[in-house]
Amino acid sequence: MSAVRTVAIVPARNEAAAIGRVVDEIRAHHPSFDVVVVDDGSSDGTGDVARAHGAVVLRLPFNVGIGGAVQTGLRYALEEGYERAVRLDGDGQHDASQLGRLLAPLERGEADVVVGSRFVDGGGSYRPPFARRAGIRVFAGLVSLLGGQRVTDTTSGFVALDRTGIKLFAAEYPHDYPEVEATLVALRSGLRLAQVQVEMRERETGSSSITFVRSLYYLAKVTLALLVASLRRYPRAGEARR
Amino acid sequence: MTPLRVSIAGAVASILLLLVVLELIRGRRLKERYALLWLATGLVLLVLSAWRDGLNTIAGWLGVETYPPAVLFAVAILFVLLVLLHYSTVLSRLTDENVDLAQRIALLEERVARVLREPTEPEG
Repeated sequence: MSAVRTVAIVPARNEAAAIGRVVDEIRAHHPSFDVVVVDDGSSDGTGDVARAHGAVVLRLPFNVGIGGAVQTGLRYALEEGYERAVRLDGDGQHDASQLGRLLAPLERGEADVVVGSRFVDGGGSYRPPFARRAGIRVFAGLVSLLGGQRVTDTTSGFVALDRTGIKLFAAEYPHDYPEVEATLVALRSGLRLAQVQVEMRERETGSSSITFVRSLYYLAKVTLALLVASLRRYPRAGEARR
Repeated sequence: MTPLRVSIAGAVASILLLLVVLELIRGRRLKERYALLWLATGLVLLVLSAWRDGLNTIAGWLGVETYPPAVLFAVAILFVLLVLLHYSTVLSRLTDENVDLAQRIALLEERVARVLREPTEPEG
């Protein structure tokens, strides 16, 4: 295994039933990785379970939302000097056996941000319900248009970052429904973004955070955020690296 | 019928509101989460100002016979009430979270002080 210091960031809210296995699988596939579980105000002892399975636990005193939780882990990665970070969800839908594929573009030095996409080659067995698929398509189209690079799955939270990516997102990461906007911010900041095909599992426990009522807010918030993000000027973080 | 100057003034004011809100988001002084209601307010007022027949029709439904622009005021007040109510719920949540943070810091300070007093004690 490579000696590059890598941290696996796992945001989790009330995932006590799933988090132990998530941590175990990461450690089994990549024993050299440090696992950091960000417990986003859970009330079911998620953090305690994660700690018992050998993870470092950052416990947020109340629910700050998935974006704020991920950013907590990224700030830890930045301050502790990690060279690479991967993010997996705490519900087990991201398969630790796919981490090697996710990290490959970083190891070849071809990308700063790698997104595990369910659609990149048109393959994969993931078939979301119609409304969700339509949403994913629309956002992928919008981000591709505004970011100047074709992306296929902007809602994926299965991501690997190099130090440049860690720095960018530690400083700037949206707090609710962050993935779509973060993809655009990365592109506009001049980071090299790669997508790899990954399989994802059905979620094992809990339910998707996106209920029907919230999907309207999701749609409005993300669309607005994308349009505003394309009006902003971003420092070209990518050029400092080159 | 709504006087033309009222419609123009209403439309200009709505557009100004929309521009100010957008600029605040762009400058990161306003989060999207808290901007959506303001944008909805601006858009609805803009539509009601510019679409003069619509305003008259709605005024008719509501029994406002003499002065249709009164509906503009009513809608504006309704939206401001919504925004205020929303802020009250946000404020309540922030109050709780703030107390939580203060308590956690107090507990942490005590724990850090204890650890510093007994540096040889093993962790956990």
